[in-house]
Amino acid sequence: MTSTQAAPELSYLEHKVAMYRSQVALRRFEQRAYDLFLENYVKGTSHLSIGQEAIAAGVAAAMRPTDWTFATYRGHAHTLARGVPMTPVFAELMGRSNGLMAGKGGSMHLTSVEHGVMGSYAIIGAHLPIACGAAWSAQYRGTDQVAVCFFGDGSVNIGAFHEALNFAAIWKLPVIFFCENNLWMEYTRTSEVTAVANPAADRASAYGLESIIVDGNDADAVYEVASLAIARARAGEGPSMIEAKTYRHGGHSRADPGKYRPDDELAEWLLKDPIPLYRSRLLEMGVDEDELLVLEADVDAEVDTATNEAKAGAAPGEELLFQDVWADGSGSWRN
Amino acid sequence: MAQLTFREAIARGIAQEMRRDESVVFLGEDVGAAGGVFKGTVGLFEEFGPLRVRDTPISEQAILGAAMGASMTGLRPIAEIMFADFFAVCWDIVANEIAKSRYMTNGQLTFPLVIRSGNGGGLRFGAQHSQSVENWAMMIPGLKVVVPSNATDVIGLMAASVRDNDPVIFLEAKALYASKMDVPDGEIVDTLGSAKVLREGTDATVVALGAMVPKALAAAEELSNAGIECTVVDVRSLVPLDMTTILREVSATGRLFTVEENPRLCGWGGELSSIVSEEAFYDLDGPIVRITTPHIPLPAADALEDLAIPSVERIVTTIAKSMNS
Ligand SMILES: Cc1ncc(C[n+]2csc(CCOP(=O)(O)OP(=O)(O)O)c2C)c(N)n1
Ligand SMILES: [Mg+2]
Repeated sequence: MTSTQAAPELSYLEHKVAMYRSQVALRRFEQRAYDLFLENYVKGTSHLSIGQEAIAAGVAAAMRPTDWTFATYRGHAHTLARGVPMTPVFAELMGRSNGLMAGKGGSMHLTSVEHGVMGSYAIIGAHLPIACGAAWSAQYRGTDQVAVCFFGDGSVNIGAFHEALNFAAIWKLPVIFFCENNLWMEYTRTSEVTAVANPAADRASAYGLESIIVDGNDADAVYEVASLAIARARAGEGPSMIEAKTYRHGGHSRADPGKYRPDDELAEWLLKDPIPLYRSRLLEMGVDEDELLVLEADVDAEVDTATNEAKAGAAPGEELLFQDVWADGSGSWRN
Repeated sequence: MAQLTFREAIARGIAQEMRRDESVVFLGEDVGAAGGVFKGTVGLFEEFGPLRVRDTPISEQAILGAAMGASMTGLRPIAEIMFADFFAVCWDIVANEIAKSRYMTNGQLTFPLVIRSGNGGGLRFGAQHSQSVENWAMMIPGLKVVVPSNATDVIGLMAASVRDNDPVIFLEAKALYASKMDVPDGEIVDTLGSAKVLREGTDATVVALGAMVPKALAAAEELSNAGIECTVVDVRSLVPLDMTTILREVSATGRLFTVEENPRLCGWGGELSSIVSEEAFYDLDGPIVRITTPHIPLPAADALEDLAIPSVERIVTTIAKSMNS
């Protein structure tokens, strides 16, 4: 085979199995990250996507390698879903030199430019205008890249959200704004502080955009709406905003037990857990359960290996402290 | 040689870079056909068209966010923030995002962008349209801060800023927009981080920035008539900071006076004074004296604004009093 040959198209079922694998990998990674936090290997903070994996997996499957992801601090899943290996992500969470950014960014700022992960942003709303800029660059340079920008339901009430939506609409930018509506901000229900029922979708019309709502716990549904929006953006038809309904199974961050949420609400959403639902769908479609068992064991092994590799990493050295403040690699501000 | 105003120099500097490099694009409010509220960008829209010179909505976060996103994906944007005071509504993008993302990503991303803005007082615009914010920018690691004081430097430093691979805050003193000088023909490219000695004297070194530079020069002229010979240094860029030149000139005269338009607390002269006292203390023959705008919001009335911003007269009397005591 020569390198100019395109990768073989995945069959319909292979594609679905791959999306399942991605969801399982995201889940098991996050569960391990939680354990590592409790064991004090992960310092500082971390925000897990347990319960929201169908979104990261479904959207990433609809993207091309040259497309761009802009994520929030809740960005482990989006980073991994674009193909970033687990070891550097675990290592970044642990502040090791083999981390994705050598420990200089931490959990909230995962970035891997070679995988199109153009950053994880920890100031609510800030990355929406930044994603617009990347989309503008693609439009200006005449590439057909698109930018996908994820944010939470609580992020729709900050000014940058509104500035970015209007900006993208008037310049017809190839950007997809993707709201992961998990109903909660940190410890407050978004509906208590938001004027409309669907925080993102109900605002779409204000910017001349279609209102799109999708079941965020169904990877196939997510894949489908994302594919449509991405195709539109690629064809020069401008931005889209998608609101996906989902739920985080755990707390907001760190070891937050999420006790502020009613028990029956959590129970109801656990029944809608995207991963078992997707698994049964695959079995119904005739996928052999043994294949899934092998796949799951394979993911577990990957998580174990990555954990060990990350733990084996050294602490970042002092030489990194002043490195890369500036483009010439230095940290020098005077002569 | 052609006589050019400071504001015409801005358009010439930007045009020089846009002609050279297709990846240079320009965006801001009223910058297109209107040519900018200070008429600093007249002619760019006509020459480069609406795809490279783009009018934006009144959305400062979107303007700077877009500049950042474009710069990390292959463009070299120049963004305009109409009045530097408006940095306060988009400071997150500047201070948290643009300044830090290279470091946080371990050098994966670069941000070759310029943010130019009308800075400072003298136009009787009151406290929200007159601030000198160079000290806001200087205190954020990851930002370069450039402040030209004349038309030739505007062109050369603009070129250097556009070609630099780091984010540059380029502050244009509004009080200087109408000032004129003979500017050489042809391409002008300067260097960031190089202070300029504009006048040599033996008694005192006066270090000034932006709109304070012509005032410092005028004061030096008057002081010379009174027998006090001053060296005048134009800092030109706060980050990177040319301490080599400044320390050499301070050591040569034994005295340092700073002339700063920013309000007193945490003004750039405070940092300069601290470095000089650490590294050239034994060359000093007297106290370091800072001549600044006092720590007050700027008043609108001309009579009051003129009292607040350092004047030639205040520079002369402050230096003369200190030298004669
Ligand atoms: C400008 C700003 N304000 C407040 C915060 C603190 N904060 C971090 S996450 C968060 C909740 C965000 O909720 P949402 O947008 O729904 O995202 P989720 O965490 O649910 O994914 C808040 C208030 C912040 N990071 N940035
Ligand atoms: Mg939320």
